[in-house]
Amino acid sequence: MFGRLNLEAFHQDVIEQGADLMMVLGAIFIVALLTYCKRWTWLWKEWLTSLDPKRIGVMYIVVSMVMLVKGFIDALMLRAQQMISVGDSHGYLTSSHFQQIFTAHGTTMIFFVAMGLLFGLLNFLIPLQIGARDVAFPFVNAVSFWLFAVGAMLVLISLAIGKFSATGWVSYPPLSELQYSPGVGVDYWLWSVQVSGVGSLISGINFFVTILKMRAPGMTLMKMPMLTWTTLATAVLIIFAFQVLTATLTMLSFDRLIGTHFFTSDFGGNPMMYINLIWAWGHPEVYILVLPAFGIFSEVVPVFSQKRLFGYASMVWATVAITLLSFGVWLHHFFTMGAGPNANSFFGIMTMLIAVPTGVKIFNWLFTMLQGRVIFKTPMIWFLGFIFAFTTGGMTGVLMSIPSVDFQMHNSLFLIAHFHSTIIGGVVFGFFAGLTYWFPKIFGFTLHERLGKWAAWCWILGFFIAFFPLYVLGMMGATRRLDHYETAAGWQPLFVVAAFGALLIAIGVGFQVLQLIISIKQRKENRDATGDPWNGRTLEWSTSSPPPEYNFAHIPEVKERDAFWAMKQAHQTHNTGKYEDIHVPKNSPLGFFVGIFAFCLSFGTIWYMWWLAAVGMIGIIVCVTIRLCDDDVERVMSAHEVQHIETARTRA
Amino acid sequence: MDKQSTYSHWIGLFFSLALIIGAYIVVIRQWLSGYILIAAIIALALGQALVQLFCFMHLHQEHKPRWNLMTFLFMGLVLLMIVIGSLWIMENINYHMSPS
Amino acid sequence: MTTDTHSKTIFGFWVFLMSDCLLFASFFATYFVLHQGTVTLFSLPFAFTQSVVFLISSFAAGFFGDKHKTLALLGFMFVLGALFLSMMGYEFAQLVQAGTSWQTSGAWSAFFTLLSMVGLHAAVGLLWIVVLMLQICFRGITPSTSRRLACLKLFWQFLNIVWVFIFSFVYLLGAQYG
Repeated sequence: MFGRLNLEAFHQDVIEQGADLMMVLGAIFIVALLTYCKRWTWLWKEWLTSLDPKRIGVMYIVVSMVMLVKGFIDALMLRAQQMISVGDSHGYLTSSHFQQIFTAHGTTMIFFVAMGLLFGLLNFLIPLQIGARDVAFPFVNAVSFWLFAVGAMLVLISLAIGKFSATGWVSYPPLSELQYSPGVGVDYWLWSVQVSGVGSLISGINFFVTILKMRAPGMTLMKMPMLTWTTLATAVLIIFAFQVLTATLTMLSFDRLIGTHFFTSDFGGNPMMYINLIWAWGHPEVYILVLPAFGIFSEVVPVFSQKRLFGYASMVWATVAITLLSFGVWLHHFFTMGAGPNANSFFGIMTMLIAVPTGVKIFNWLFTMLQGRVIFKTPMIWFLGFIFAFTTGGMTGVLMSIPSVDFQMHNSLFLIAHFHSTIIGGVVFGFFAGLTYWFPKIFGFTLHERLGKWAAWCWILGFFIAFFPLYVLGMMGATRRLDHYETAAGWQPLFVVAAFGALLIAIGVGFQVLQLIISIKQRKENRDATGDPWNGRTLEWSTSSPPPEYNFAHIPEVKERDAFWAMKQAHQTHNTGKYEDIHVPKNSPLGFFVGIFAFCLSFGTIWYMWWLAAVGMIGIIVCVTIRLCDDDVERVMSAHEVQHIETARTRA
Repeated sequence: MDKQSTYSHWIGLFFSLALIIGAYIVVIRQWLSGYILIAAIIALALGQALVQLFCFMHLHQEHKPRWNLMTFLFMGLVLLMIVIGSLWIMENINYHMSPS
Repeated sequence: MTTDTHSKTIFGFWVFLMSDCLLFASFFATYFVLHQGTVTLFSLPFAFTQSVVFLISSFAAGFFGDKHKTLALLGFMFVLGALFLSMMGYEFAQLVQAGTSWQTSGAWSAFFTLLSMVGLHAAVGLLWIVVLMLQICFRGITPSTSRRLACLKLFWQFLNIVWVFIFSFVYLLGAQYG
């Protein structure tokens, strides 16, 4: 009945108990708040069953922010341990716990923070940028979100029931095989990544079809905003890479569940095949993370330089080149694992090549700023941080693309510093720039500017202080994932500096939380009445803040790149034509239920509760079948209703 | 369902059967061996796939812009990169890491 | 609105099928890597028959027309599809009885899993056929059902192409080099 779930699974150490307590208190607080404000129906109708990508986008961001807190606390714990665990002291974490924390940190940050934050923004923005009313497949979009939420939930639940994986965020066999990791940890990892991975795959298909098929009339590919281009490229990467991940995780699951020998070290298994396949996915994955961030900067920099983007065509070609090349470099993640010099050299050269289009992009942004009238508001501060942090990361990447150099640097802290530079510098700073920039569009009021700047500076300075020591440590021979080292190595001072940097980032996060609270308090003074607070260039700025459910009462006619800018120049921003009925998707609870059943399937399989897994599987099939038999999936907003909403906006 | 489509489907069936029977006989009768056999089987399989893509799935009849075709070609490219890349890498590792 | 939905959905489904090619490619690649000169126990005539059964089923999907013709064709496809799946199940049972299962070795794991992936897709297809038959029975050929038929046709024909590669690389080449 309970499989391998027993009371033992609920025994956690002090730190995890603390985390569990925080989660329980948080949940109680939210339930109490919703009950007190009588908002349960509102939550169900306006959010949980909504198929509006603007709502779904906000939900993605909320879940990701929660996971960011978890992942960041993981990071602080790792820094603290490495600062004090020298010589006779072994810090406050056991080795086993330390391993779980760095595994959870990586898994959380990549799958549930970076991907969630970016998908969230894109959900909101892409239909608006292309002049469409929705994504191509609204129901599938909702299912994507719920699968993502289920993956996140599994990671959080592992803090209370059982343990998380301790095999690193990519779970190499044979360590991740049943023989060496018999517990539930790797299974939690497998299911959370597999489930959210399916969500990502169908989201990729959704954005791909949306962009190719639903652009406003007149918007040819070469007139699309750059964020749309990079999203298209990201979608292509997702569509092809995530199926490789699905296959690989399935094979590892089979090894653990039904005794196959894909990646075991005996009976003809080949662990290196896992490493090969997981990185064939893994490399495109990092471009999936960073390309939307590049797109965000391509929107922010022109607006805050008051000058159009320099070299649009070369930006597009650079994006296309990156998309293609990113499928041809993956061996650089395992140069040291046995391939010969010819294979290593080929992939080394391909890796160097991919730096070229990225460099083109950086120069294009800088040339956009040149001779522009730059406004240094918060989004531009984030951009400056990106230029220094990401470029450092990029250059150290090219350094390590030389196989013989990589033999020294592989799995050292130099590597850790490299990818944090690119991910934090690129993805995180990009997201924060985007969030600040589009916040008024999403919520209807601007964020407090000064606190935003302080947050950005703390993050940027904190980042450099936290990670530059790691570059040095890597050169001094420090390996990654060490929970203890000898005094004679002389590493401790640098770890102390790094910990201080992490604290500075924490202060930055504090400023962001403060900024949010104060901005909400001051929202009436900072209301965005025009819909265009930054003098923007793209179509989303032509709508009200926030936009109505249907985005555009009249689908715009696009004549040029930077469509809204062109409309403003021609004084043609208001379309006063006849209003028409608009079809919008009806709400549906099935996305939420697919999520519940996916959770049952995952949790059941992890704990060998086969009846629960069966319930989950059947539930998913039933929900999907019900949806696919439903022909009544839209409701009509009458022309009268639309007119009412639009005239209320102009009056305001 | 128009005449052209019906015609196309029957042609597709005919060629698919011919190719699969051909491949089957080549192996059962052991007419070829070694690399030539592998090349022949690959060619016959690809032939069948193409026949079905054109005769059953009408890939060539798509109107412009030919998104289906482009997606298919890009998929093919990525597939070749990953499959051939993987086979090369694994062979390479196997060779270099085997005890001599 | 309807033509829009039709074109978007068919294209979206095509894109999904293209992504599915990479799923099968990963299993194929793993099969090739793990399958190093293992003794094979297939019956080639059996696999050949299986292939022809599926081919005919796939061919039938091209002739959807009015309600009765479509229902008959769907029924026919279901029977052949079920036969194909049973043949796969039978082969698995024979192999397990002979002592080789997915637990025997890496190569056999790859064999069973690669084929099971096709089998799983076929099973989903069979469920799809049943649901669609019910829909057409009660609602006739509508824009929705005809859209779903178009997707099913693509799905079934795509799966047949995947099987062609399995027959060629796993069975034909396997028999020769086993």
